[in-house]
Amino acid sequence: MIYLWAFLIGGAICVIGQILMDVFKLTPAHTMSTLVVTGAVADAFGLYDPLVKFAGAGASVPITSFGNSLVHGALTELERDGWVGVVTGIFDVTSAGISSAIVFSFLAALVVRPKG
Amino acid sequence: MPSSRPFLSPSFQEVSLLPVKTKTSGVKLRLDTMTPQDYEKLSKPYVPSRPVFKNCIRAFLSGGLICVLGQGIQEAFMAIFDMTSREAASPTVAVLILLSVILTSFGVYDKLAQWCGAGTAVPVTGFANSMCSAALEHRAEGLVLGVGGNMFKLAGSVIVFGVVAAFVVGVVYAIMGWGGSH
Repeated sequence: MIYLWAFLIGGAICVIGQILMDVFKLTPAHTMSTLVVTGAVADAFGLYDPLVKFAGAGASVPITSFGNSLVHGALTELERDGWVGVVTGIFDVTSAGISSAIVFSFLAALVVRPKG
Repeated sequence: MPSSRPFLSPSFQEVSLLPVKTKTSGVKLRLDTMTPQDYEKLSKPYVPSRPVFKNCIRAFLSGGLICVLGQGIQEAFMAIFDMTSREAASPTVAVLILLSVILTSFGVYDKLAQWCGAGTAVPVTGFANSMCSAALEHRAEGLVLGVGGNMFKLAGSVIVFGVVAAFVVGVVYAIMGWGGSH
């Protein structure tokens, strides 16, 4: 059942992105930034976690979850370490995504000859 | 705003409303006095309209499938390594990113993206694709200036706005003294 919800919610978030690009004529970069900020704001109001519980990867794979994770890290360390946690905690949760993207992309650039 | 473009021939307004006739009507268009708005009016009928509905269906199907794939990877991690769903989230993202980088390296992801639109751009795989394709594209300029300097060319805005938004949220929480359930 979680697969169905992952499909529906994940697809719906992508449709929102497509509408931002096609109807509101935003560039992909503007679209992604909008979605990330939306995810961050949604988490600030405590709305994103229930969505992840409900839709699993449907909510955690789209880029909106990136904003959600940034806020999560900041708030978790804010609670633990006080003020400084806002700065130290931001990349806490998203580190896996960003680090692996950097490392894999770098390795790819070493190995692969560009096409076209 | 006729005063802002004093050199327009009087018939310009008429012509710009019937842009098909401009090539044959013999009316001289003063291109040098054209404002961007005029240009838009003239070119609008020639810009192909975007098939919004079709694009949305494609984005829905492809984006949904990527999320289902992510769910499958996550469940696999949970079953094999006995992780909670929260623990499994990071390795799942890493695997998806690895897949995306491999597909980008073989030029497959960009072909998929042409069909899928936002369906491949919005998931985290699209984030990795933008970094990897920028790294590959600028490889010829060297490892430091090319790969290192351009990797975040497209993905950078996402990180900047995400971090600023998270920082604002964090500061608001700190000022208000909210602990929250996080």
